[in-house]
Amino acid sequence: MRVGLFITCLADLLRPSLARAARTLLALTGAEVVVPRRQTCCGQPALNAGAPTAARTLALKLVREFADCDAVVLPSGSCAGTLRIHFPGLFTERPEAERRDIEALAARTHELAEFLERRLPEVPGRYAGRVTYHDSCSGLRELGVKQAPRALLARVPGLTLVEMANAEDCCGFGGTFALKYGAISAAICDRKCAAIRASGAGTVTGGDLGCLMHMAGRLQRTGDTTTRVLHWAELVAGTDGVQTWK
Amino acid sequence: MEVTSHRFRAAAAESLANTQLQRALARIPERFVAARARAAAEFGEFEQLRAAGAAIRERTLARLDVLLERFEAEAVRRGARVHWAVDAAEANRIVLDIARGHGVRRIVKSKSMVTEECALNDALETAGLEVLETDLGEYILQLARERPSHIIAPVIHKNREEVTELFSARHRRPRSTDIAALCQEAREILRPQFFAADMGITGANFLVAETGSVALFTNEGNGRLVTTLPRVHVAVAGIEKVVETLGELAALARLLPRSATGQAISNYFTLLTGVRGATESDGPEAFHIVLLDNGRSRLLGSELHPILRCIRCGACLNHCPVYQTVGGHAYGWVYPGPMGAVWTPALVGLERARELPEAATFCGQCQVACPVMIPLPDLLRRLRTRATAERLRPARERLALNLWGCAARHPRLYALLTALAARMLYRLGHRRGWVRRLPLAAGWTATRDFPAGEGRTAREVLRRERSG
Repeated sequence: MRVGLFITCLADLLRPSLARAARTLLALTGAEVVVPRRQTCCGQPALNAGAPTAARTLALKLVREFADCDAVVLPSGSCAGTLRIHFPGLFTERPEAERRDIEALAARTHELAEFLERRLPEVPGRYAGRVTYHDSCSGLRELGVKQAPRALLARVPGLTLVEMANAEDCCGFGGTFALKYGAISAAICDRKCAAIRASGAGTVTGGDLGCLMHMAGRLQRTGDTTTRVLHWAELVAGTDGVQTWK
Repeated sequence: MEVTSHRFRAAAAESLANTQLQRALARIPERFVAARARAAAEFGEFEQLRAAGAAIRERTLARLDVLLERFEAEAVRRGARVHWAVDAAEANRIVLDIARGHGVRRIVKSKSMVTEECALNDALETAGLEVLETDLGEYILQLARERPSHIIAPVIHKNREEVTELFSARHRRPRSTDIAALCQEAREILRPQFFAADMGITGANFLVAETGSVALFTNEGNGRLVTTLPRVHVAVAGIEKVVETLGELAALARLLPRSATGQAISNYFTLLTGVRGATESDGPEAFHIVLLDNGRSRLLGSELHPILRCIRCGACLNHCPVYQTVGGHAYGWVYPGPMGAVWTPALVGLERARELPEAATFCGQCQVACPVMIPLPDLLRRLRTRATAERLRPARERLALNLWGCAARHPRLYALLTALAARMLYRLGHRRGWVRRLPLAAGWTATRDFPAGEGRTAREVLRRERSG
């Protein structure tokens, strides 16, 4: 099986350790892992900024880049949701050939935890500590990702998973919303940060880098320099040499 | 009603700084979100009920013209009079004419968002009529000269102390601080007014086509007094509120209170059909129903069509992280929260409410909570697309999107720019791991630090590892 890793633009720019973790875990499944070099962004910002034409262009670009992959895997619920849920809707009035390609892409797109849950034979990571998992909205409500990352985390030796209150509540990131309405976004995040601290876990994890950098950046700005923030895939792959956000 | 949605950003900032409001909003999760979750769990097959509710509303909208005419015929057959209003001004004119025709001087009202939409009270008072709101929340707001901040809990932004101050200033009675005592005080003031009034005005939660009935869900009992004691009753309803049968109404009656307040049924459910009969002891002598369009028919079959299913339960407000943070007044018109972010641009024009669809995180909580499964995030996305198409976005936003789009389409350019950005971020922040100030992303760094990254893009790192 040939698996194409879509790094996603935030991981590409800000978190190479996540790309490395995702590639390591995918390789452990026995799949041949490729990382198409021309990949950029999935187009989610365009889609949500009211620019469907730009999003369509990027969607077709992805179709070409991942044409020889049996599966396209993304370490992000919202990017995976863009490919799987939103792309087909963008092409309903486009030519049949384009529609077929887009639907085929959607059908073989997987969020990383979903893909790994039944395929990962061993867990290389170990982590001493209590960890709480934040359910990012798109992964949870668009794709139904809920148990898979928790099941993978539960297999990490030394790691204790504890649930925070209202883990499914939005953290206030919301893509461009976080830039345009920074004050509201931060105020929503403060409720999330309080829930994280109240959980007693020293580490918070999740499956969407946007939410994670938002929570980590807010914790940092409000003087919390002890709560650690990591993507769950980094915990599962092993955190040696990984720079924790804290 | 004046539209101030264009100043959403400033109003939201005021809301964030208002500690009293923040304390009031903090009650929403327990009072509404948890209550709805419990009610849905107790019901059991709530998801099937939501699907049934959505199907009923869609079926209705598909034959709206036919059902409205049937409603009119059935209502008229039972002695009611039906009036059609194209817009708010016409609705107000109709109600005023009705009042004049019946020699009305005093009016009592039960809570109605559609009359807020029309600013009916202002129109009636300008014409010299006395209008009294009798829903406790609306009464408080009338005394305070404020607007509702929530469609079912209009006074949610106020606390008990404020009500104490208001009542003691206006009622000239000994100061009560206890909620039960405050309610009793309002009841004593309001009760004689029901008897003194010549006319009662209500909205309508639903209109039933097969019987020509108006259905009301209320919790305080004032709705019954308003519709039965005065000699004239006027119900104002949006044209989308019709359902065909009492059976369909029964299904929606299971959904509405559970979604709104977590109640299995509201304290009062009133079905008003026709005028008082010759052998009946209660009910008005005259019953007028005003059917308001005000832009709704334009939405039929449009990209915003699904919003017409809305049954005004307020669940999307309660579940919205943005509403929970800024409250209803920031939205600047009658309908706040996710449904308001669709209704407002749909009814008053996107150019006057462009910010509302932008001020959403797309978390999807509203869609999950909506009793009639309106795809609210999708509707907001469509409005964002329309804002782009109609060139309503500021130039710098268009420029940023175009530059980003251009880079994302050209992998080499993108690789170069991201490699430069990764290096720049690292230089700025590698000592702490964080950047405190980024001139190009000030919207971010005003409230949060930005990660400094590793100084290389992930694609550079992976390629190097492979070749090394």
